[in-house]
Amino acid sequence: MYDTIIIGAGMSGLAAGIRLAYYDQKVCILERHTTIGGLNSFYRQAGRDYDVGLHAVTNWTERGARHGPLSRVLRQLRFRWEEFALAPQCGSRISFPGVDLRFSNDIQLLRDEIAGRFPDQIDGFRRLESIVVDYDQLDGSSFDQSTREVLATCITDPLLTEMLLCPTMWYGNAREHDMDFGQFSIMFRSIFVEGFGRPFRGVRLILKNLVKRYRSLGGELKLRRGVRKIHVDDGHAVAVELDNGEVLVGKRIVSSAGHIETLRMCEDVSEIDPRRAGQLSFIESSSVLDRQPAELGINETIVFYNDSDTFRWEVPAHELCDVRTGVICSPNNYQYTDGRHLEDGFVRITSIASHDRWSALDEPRYLAAKARWYDRAVESAVRFVPDFRAHVIATDMFTPTTIRRFTWHDNGAVYGAPDKRLDGTTHLDNLFLCGNDQGFVGIIGAMISGITIANQHCLK
Amino acid sequence: MAPEEIRSAVLDILSNIAPDEDLSGLTDDEPFRAQLELDSMDFLDIVMELRKRYRVQIPEEEYGRLESMKSTVEYLTPKMEDVPV
Repeated sequence: MYDTIIIGAGMSGLAAGIRLAYYDQKVCILERHTTIGGLNSFYRQAGRDYDVGLHAVTNWTERGARHGPLSRVLRQLRFRWEEFALAPQCGSRISFPGVDLRFSNDIQLLRDEIAGRFPDQIDGFRRLESIVVDYDQLDGSSFDQSTREVLATCITDPLLTEMLLCPTMWYGNAREHDMDFGQFSIMFRSIFVEGFGRPFRGVRLILKNLVKRYRSLGGELKLRRGVRKIHVDDGHAVAVELDNGEVLVGKRIVSSAGHIETLRMCEDVSEIDPRRAGQLSFIESSSVLDRQPAELGINETIVFYNDSDTFRWEVPAHELCDVRTGVICSPNNYQYTDGRHLEDGFVRITSIASHDRWSALDEPRYLAAKARWYDRAVESAVRFVPDFRAHVIATDMFTPTTIRRFTWHDNGAVYGAPDKRLDGTTHLDNLFLCGNDQGFVGIIGAMISGITIANQHCLK
Repeated sequence: MAPEEIRSAVLDILSNIAPDEDLSGLTDDEPFRAQLELDSMDFLDIVMELRKRYRVQIPEEEYGRLESMKSTVEYLTPKMEDVPV
């Protein structure tokens, strides 16, 4: 009998597991995949390391900082700042036709850029900053207020509105067109106020630290063990049944599988409304270069681009992908200590994609579509960064189908369902949600989610 | 444990929860919150560490008793008098 069974060995499940194991609970994490990480994972192909998910760890803070989500995560999981070994970004940019806004881990740069480009908007921007800072993310009372409505009270230039929505939606919005203001506040702070960092060894360093800590505290981790059913007795989860038929009994269950994905496992739930699942998914086109990106003039860490004055955050209606907007990221472009640099040059481009269209392709068409959309994504992106195509020595791509195959999230949705369960509760009194569908996204957000749910529902 | 030993036990927990805080100047009468950067998650950790280390159970409605070092030691003294040093 376990005290807590956790479904999913991603960032949130591992963080929850560490909290519970630290306080002497008997914990088991069940992961269906052959490896850990979930939406933030990594793989090795043809001798090269690739990250999935992570472009940057947001919520950057300096060593010794006592505020902010990163220091909260470190304290709660008893890590030293050095163990995450984050190197700060080199600077990033929001790029629309004819207008660029640069930003860094010091928000003053963004203020200066806005004051230069949109002089009549800077007062409104400062007002927005104070609204965002005052928003209490643990209170959650006005979480689902419309971001566009709040922005309209501060920003009167529609172009600036779209430029601010572009990175914040790209890094954490599960809803099409508009965004919950609670989510916007979290993203605004984590991207613009705090900023970006990355461990030299990528997301695997963080994941390996989490697993090592979890195991050292006596936590059990079972890979290749998917949960196919949650046994229910009178409003109470009593056990989980694995894909291989094995049954594990636990006092409570924490699931990072997603809200409707988890409900589907519950034997007492017969009807699921699949429209409540998240829809937004992506392709990512990775290019390995024969030199460092900086040698080609690609110096920035991340570029969020959009090729018109209107930013459209929606599932492509008629095509496999929408490459009018995208994120260009280079893991080389961080300020690593001691002049270290990644051996290979990488440029990763993320574009919006339709899971339904990708999953409808048969194998030959799927492979052809990957090749075609790699070309189109890169062609679109090189309008915003120097053209690197003559220096590509290897490529790879993941699609919504890939995400779905390895994370089992409906539609390969990267940021979960639009409607969050902020308190993590479900219809069963001892089954709780953590991860994207609880409300926090990103690497630090996912860990906060696991910690919060463990604290509120499993430790008190 | 005597009050002075409880005080040093609490200090040890604080240094574990908030390793970057300088605890040498901590004033016993003033609330922790006014002196240290502690949030509600940290207070839960104080409670959990007391349970883990000394098997002291603190009901949720009494978390507020851990407001300052003085109130914490007063509150814990009867609960921890039988705890061996």
